[in-house]
Amino acid sequence: MKKKSSFSYAKYGYLFSIPFVVVYLIFSLYPIINTAILSFTDAKGLGNMTWHFLEGDIFKNYRTILGNATFRTSLKNTVFIWIINFIPQLSLALLLTAWFTSKRNELRGKGFFKVVFYMPNIITAASIAVLYKALFAYPVGPINDLLQSLGLIKEAFYFSNKALPSQLIIAFIQFWMWYGYTMIILTSAVLGISPELFEAAELDGASGTQIFFKITLPNIKTILLYTVITSMIGGLNMYDIPKLYNNGLPNNATLTTSVFIQNQAFQGSYLWARASAASMIMFVLIAICSLGVFAIFRDKDEAAAAKAKRRLKKAQKEAS
Amino acid sequence: MTTTAPTLVKKRTPGQVIFKLVAYTLCIILAVLSIFPFVIMLVNATRTTHQIQQHAVSLIPGTALLNNYKILTSKDMFNPWLGLLNSAIISTFSTVCTIYFSTLTAFALVAYDWRLRRPFFTFILAVMMIPAQITAIGFYQFMYKIGMTNNFLSLILPAIAAPATVFFMRQYMVPSLPMELLQSARVDGSGEFRTFNQIVIPLMKPAMATQAIFSFVSSWNNLFVPSILLTNKSKYTMPIMVSLLNGDIYKVEYGAVYLGLVLTVLPLFIIYFALSKYIIAGVALGGVKG
Repeated sequence: MKKKSSFSYAKYGYLFSIPFVVVYLIFSLYPIINTAILSFTDAKGLGNMTWHFLEGDIFKNYRTILGNATFRTSLKNTVFIWIINFIPQLSLALLLTAWFTSKRNELRGKGFFKVVFYMPNIITAASIAVLYKALFAYPVGPINDLLQSLGLIKEAFYFSNKALPSQLIIAFIQFWMWYGYTMIILTSAVLGISPELFEAAELDGASGTQIFFKITLPNIKTILLYTVITSMIGGLNMYDIPKLYNNGLPNNATLTTSVFIQNQAFQGSYLWARASAASMIMFVLIAICSLGVFAIFRDKDEAAAAKAKRRLKKAQKEAS
Repeated sequence: MTTTAPTLVKKRTPGQVIFKLVAYTLCIILAVLSIFPFVIMLVNATRTTHQIQQHAVSLIPGTALLNNYKILTSKDMFNPWLGLLNSAIISTFSTVCTIYFSTLTAFALVAYDWRLRRPFFTFILAVMMIPAQITAIGFYQFMYKIGMTNNFLSLILPAIAAPATVFFMRQYMVPSLPMELLQSARVDGSGEFRTFNQIVIPLMKPAMATQAIFSFVSSWNNLFVPSILLTNKSKYTMPIMVSLLNGDIYKVEYGAVYLGLVLTVLPLFIIYFALSKYIIAGVALGGVKG
């Protein structure tokens, strides 16, 4: 009886999935395939719809992009800016998480701080980039004004004219926009850990630091993995802020791969094919990095499990 | 209670006092850091360019708000009201599409036992994180070919297939949708589609509201795809308007640039401060994609 009813209703599963599947095939899957196809052609030019597959060397666009010094610079910048934003971002988020979930030292105003720390995340990244450009303006801008008033610098500093300061400011904007988000996610993961674990540890006389590293961290591993992967994918696609903060200047120091791809495809000579090849390279790179992060986390997990098993066996042996 | 209170007081060691001092100091610094840029923005939007050049940091509002607005809109490019309208149209319709169809897809995944159910769910997990930027060129070429550039539908229709939202809806639906409810609806003669609209949707309202906020905000903030698809000035969205503030025409009009920024972020501030409680709770649920 039960089997029969589930059989007859199965068609609704297919039926209700149709809108999603159709739209996904048309607007997501086909563009992916289209991008992949274009990367093997000579497509180029605004509004030009005729293109041919490359003859002879089918991977010519890939070779051109991989050998392109500007692309390599943009890739280096993207990775650099993401790393110097992510390490402090995660560290600060973990620190705040430890503080905000500590039962021994209850802090007041946590709700307020969460609301304020998360706020920059919801504001349009484009507006944030233009705002920071105005804040770091030269020769007169709020930051220069502030630093001069405090006597920290004598003459106005031309922030956006120098490579490293520009990269650091972009990394800072990313850090500033995202640490609150990361902290809220991690806090909710910590609050999901069974309180008994913490109570047991406290009974055993573990210190706050010990509890954090031995109980909290291992128990929020999945969320950490999620945070690392989503942040990495976002970081490797960084576009709005570098584009509007300094648009690659000075001397390509703030050129990220997404800005590079957009410049190739929608400016100058509209090199669709090359931009598609660059997109596909980024696609593969993102997939490899995500799987890599996944593997690292899982391996550690398995290694830890194996270690625990060995220890258990050893203990059993000693006991017997 | 009386027995535990004294021990609590005793526990307040010097270490704990120092901890609180450090923790509150850092939190207050971070809070100032979060708010400061926006305060500068708001105050400078009311000051003349001359005042800003004298002292770029000030907490005292000026009186040049109207004048700045005149300068801002005199350039014939930056039209905040048009940007507001276009962004509102796109964000509203794509949010409705995302929420309704994601819930429907999640319903298909949860309520029915069909052979491709597991592979379909695995597929959604696999493609959840593919960023739109990567496929933008293929997408643009395709839209160009079928004449859908400068058409809002090219931004609204793709919202029907939002894998991350489907994932979130499914996770929420699994524990909160009792199958007995569907069975009794069937006994009452309700069709499956009607059951979905009249019984499942009301049950899913909290999750739908949360996801609606995030879907709306991320659509509103989107720059990359709209900026390549919408080249006609009359179709510009808010973030595209923002990028115009970067142009040479506003190079010396500091006050006007700050005011332009205020106009672009004001709707988001209103949304945020009205709904911050739900937004923070929604982020904490962890199903949100940046």
